[in-house]
Amino acid sequence: MSGDVPKIRVRGLRKAFGAKRVLDGVDLDVPAGTSLVVIGGSGTGKSVLLKCILGLIVPDDGVIEIDGRDVLRLPRAEAEAVRAKIGMLFQNGALFDSLPVWENVAFGPLAQRRVTRTQARAQAAEFLGMVGLAASVGDLSPAELSGGMQKRVALARAIAARPEILFFDEPTTGLDPIMGAVIDGLIVDCVKRLGSTAVAITHDMASARRIGDRAAMLSHGRIVWDGPAASLMDSGNAEVDQFTHGRREGPIQMELRR
Amino acid sequence: MTPVLDSLAAVGRAVIGACRATGALALFALSGLSHLVRPPFYGRMFLRALLDIGYFSLPVVALTALFTGMVLALQSYTGFARFSAEGAVASVVVLSVTRELGPVLAGLMVAGRVGAAMAAELGTMRVTDQIDALTTLSTNPMKYLVAPRLLAATVALPLLVVVADILGVLGGYIIGTLKLGFNASEYLAHTMDFVQTQDVVSGLAKAAVFGFLIALMGCFRGYNSRGGAQGVGAATTAAVVSASILILAFDYVLTELFFSR
Ligand SMILES: Nc1ncnc2c1ncn2[C@@H]1O[C@H](COP(=O)(O)OP(=O)(O)O)[C@@H](O)[C@H]1O
Ligand SMILES: [Mg+2]
Repeated sequence: MSGDVPKIRVRGLRKAFGAKRVLDGVDLDVPAGTSLVVIGGSGTGKSVLLKCILGLIVPDDGVIEIDGRDVLRLPRAEAEAVRAKIGMLFQNGALFDSLPVWENVAFGPLAQRRVTRTQARAQAAEFLGMVGLAASVGDLSPAELSGGMQKRVALARAIAARPEILFFDEPTTGLDPIMGAVIDGLIVDCVKRLGSTAVAITHDMASARRIGDRAAMLSHGRIVWDGPAASLMDSGNAEVDQFTHGRREGPIQMELRR
Repeated sequence: MTPVLDSLAAVGRAVIGACRATGALALFALSGLSHLVRPPFYGRMFLRALLDIGYFSLPVVALTALFTGMVLALQSYTGFARFSAEGAVASVVVLSVTRELGPVLAGLMVAGRVGAAMAAELGTMRVTDQIDALTTLSTNPMKYLVAPRLLAATVALPLLVVVADILGVLGGYIIGTLKLGFNASEYLAHTMDFVQTQDVVSGLAKAAVFGFLIALMGCFRGYNSRGGAQGVGAATTAAVVSASILILAFDYVLTELFFSR
């Protein structure tokens, strides 16, 4: 694959729910092997953006290319094959609570019949180790785990299929700062080890700078700024400044009424 | 003029809404069925559902059938005594149980037990993103969650109804011999004389249809639920109510089909 085709390329992506326009012409490029963090206020459509790329929500208009292939216009089976390259860590983990932890972790390989159950178990232990959990955790049920442990298991499940692309939806929300930093470290580790391209959504500026090479801000349905993650705190963009410094006054008016 | 138009518009909206819901349900059913014939197949999910629907519903269905058979014997005896037709008790019990009450009561009990559980489980999976997570792990949720449940319920209900038929007749036999003074071997001979293969088979065919309807409504409502815990609760109620109504409606249609020749 030539170096100039971005791993993910989004153009003019639009999605409205009824009269509410959530995405209103999003343009985004993620070069292969880089990490992008997407920031933006609650309810600005960050999760919807990821779900559109994953094919979980059908957008109204626009182009989504993965490795140069337009998934919205490919036949269904081919689009599914292209999207199978993406692994996702959901906002609340979304672990399967009817299955023990190890079957959660090995779910992808097991469902695709690539491994036997015995092999899957061994693999699960390996991936649990990668996120700092003991193999014995594999026998517990997800409901028995703390929030931080659930996030780790969800991370292990997302990387177990060795995806070329990884999405993280607010990986540290709801965790204490130390656990947040630990999860960020694991994410950076895993992305590096797999050589994946990553897109992470976050509200947490420290987390954004730890995970991302580049950053983009979503506001009013568009990407209003993008640049190096390191320059988030002094971007020179009024909306980004207001967001990163958590000011009440500024160009962004919180829409409390819809 | 406007009130008339308004009310017409309301009727139109309701009709369009009903058509849309029926269409969505039909598409859902077709999609679920189509996944039953295309690999990969999730045998473990099927067996788990079969155990859940078939085995764990046994006590409920068994008790329902037993008591129904007992009540039938008692009621028909007191009723028929007025025409000196007490001898018909055995045949009334076996015919009502195999043709009607076995499948319908088992269907309604399983709708309450299993239909609700399916809607709650799939609904919770929906609102906690677990169904989306399946898709991102290259697993089709219709194939993994819905198709095995549809098949399991369609297979399990006739098996349950076999049990219900036997226990229903047994209930009648117990009351008939112990309380109403029938001769045991005569009662049984009477039962066997009257029941025909078609009675039993039509009941089992009904049961298969009811099983499919129960799983279909449970999965459909759960799969499409929205809006947190409240949405899941609403989906659960809707699944049980709509499955029960469909069972009674289809019971009529199938009876017409089987016996009106
Ligand atoms: N399936 C859906 N149906 C209707 N509205 C939705 C749906 N998903 C998201 N929305 C709406 O889209 C907006 C953006 O949601 P989301 O992407 O989850 O925000 P966030 O940026 O906090 O992740 C919200 O107002 C939400 O209500
Ligand atoms: Mg979100």
